[in-house]
Amino acid sequence: MTSIGTGYDLSASTYSPDGRIFQVEYAGKAVENSGTAIGLRVKDGVVLAVEKLVHSKLLVPEANRRIQTIDRHIGMATAGLLADGRHLANRARDEAQNLRDTYRTPPTLKGVADRLGLYVQAYTLYSSVRPFGISSILGAVDKDGPVLYVIEPSGIFYGYHGAAVGKGRQLAKTELEKLKLSELTTREAVMEAARIIYLVHDDAKDKEFELEMSWIGDETQGRHLAVPDDLKKEAEQKAKDALEQFED
Amino acid sequence: MDHFPTNWGRPRNDAVDAYNTYPLHSRPVHHDSFADGVQRTQQPIVTGTSVLAIRYKDGVMMAADTLASYGSLARFKDVTRLHAVGDYTILGAGGDMSDFQYLKSVLNDLIIDEFTQADGHALGPSEIFEVLSGIMYGRRSKFNPLWNSLLVGGFKDGKSFLAYVDLLGTTYKDNAIATGYGAYIALPLLREIMDAKGPENISEEEARSMLTESMKVLFYRDARSLNKFQIGKITATGVEISDAISVPTEWAFAEKIRGYGAQTQ
Repeated sequence: MTSIGTGYDLSASTYSPDGRIFQVEYAGKAVENSGTAIGLRVKDGVVLAVEKLVHSKLLVPEANRRIQTIDRHIGMATAGLLADGRHLANRARDEAQNLRDTYRTPPTLKGVADRLGLYVQAYTLYSSVRPFGISSILGAVDKDGPVLYVIEPSGIFYGYHGAAVGKGRQLAKTELEKLKLSELTTREAVMEAARIIYLVHDDAKDKEFELEMSWIGDETQGRHLAVPDDLKKEAEQKAKDALEQFED
Repeated sequence: MDHFPTNWGRPRNDAVDAYNTYPLHSRPVHHDSFADGVQRTQQPIVTGTSVLAIRYKDGVMMAADTLASYGSLARFKDVTRLHAVGDYTILGAGGDMSDFQYLKSVLNDLIIDEFTQADGHALGPSEIFEVLSGIMYGRRSKFNPLWNSLLVGGFKDGKSFLAYVDLLGTTYKDNAIATGYGAYIALPLLREIMDAKGPENISEEEARSMLTESMKVLFYRDARSLNKFQIGKITATGVEISDAISVPTEWAFAEKIRGYGAQTQ
């Protein structure tokens, strides 16, 4: 890499001569090494799915969750350093509660994402800290309906119809683009999300993975909950079938 | 800092100049250093009256009218004093309604904190009651009580729960509890049936008629009550809080009452 040895990548508080902050770009690399996370904003809700790579058979199944709950109606999936995801989720919970206590109404995701964006950005300003090694997909159903945001290590955040971060994001994005997201139901979106995660998983490079899925919508009375086991199993079976057909 | 030079060098206590020995304009401003340091709740302002609750066969049933009084004025007539906390608990409140609103928001934050853990555990009525009684006792110990009488009713894991906590942090559990005026007027009526039958032999219909009858009697006797109330029940199927109900009452006898007010004969 061109940045190495130039001395401009030693701290997040130093620009390179062409105006880049290498520490932030390295944080982006940490995200790219992580299992894929996707989010789908559909007609009546939001679905989050994560390809959680299992690095040891000794781990308890469903340990080290990468989808977390921020508020009743807000969920967050992260790709990148697990511990950074935990920290940001805790911060998000604090911000959501603060907004709720200030305005006495369930916080909008825009409000929470805005504050988290500022928080993440602050970690790109000082030599004493490192930027967050995660991209987070935030999903919610709030007063504006279903919403989906992605916050990047730079602190920048955008709203999306469909989002993908982590290793398999390129392929996942092309798959998401093929879907008519605003016409899908959450139930259909669960099937698609599982299919995409199974599709982007690279058997050759990574061996085991666990599928983690959550949803928010009419089916959950607007709460962020894990997708029920029977539905998840059905989605996984369909995903495996679709994958076999695809490979034939 | 006192910026009035005429006050400088004078005794701090204005009682020293009880006879106005120097001109009004230059007299020390009355200032008791200890009077306005801390202000605490001395009395409730907008208040709700009794809450009634009983345990019955399927769970717990609770009733409260929808009036919030401002002194003796019937100020707000559509206030809900029964509140669902999580999926297993109903909180019923009498006393200061703004303190009740504060408690609702505290409990809401608590429920969200637990929900976001996503660990498969949810707070049941006994946990919520424990937190609540801790808050109430903590506040009274700071001489700054939350001016409420609260009933916590719930049903979780096949067990029903009913308990009381008030502004002093006093707590107790029973099969039938009533707060405020209801403790004098309604509780004997409720206990008559409860003691005879026990909660496991009281059906939903019977529980409902017990509470309805008690609310009617309270409306006749309690001047801070309203003939419009809600019944909440909590069973294995969850929390249900009804819309406002009213019962027919008979006031013709009032015409014949003599001895009060401004009758001429």
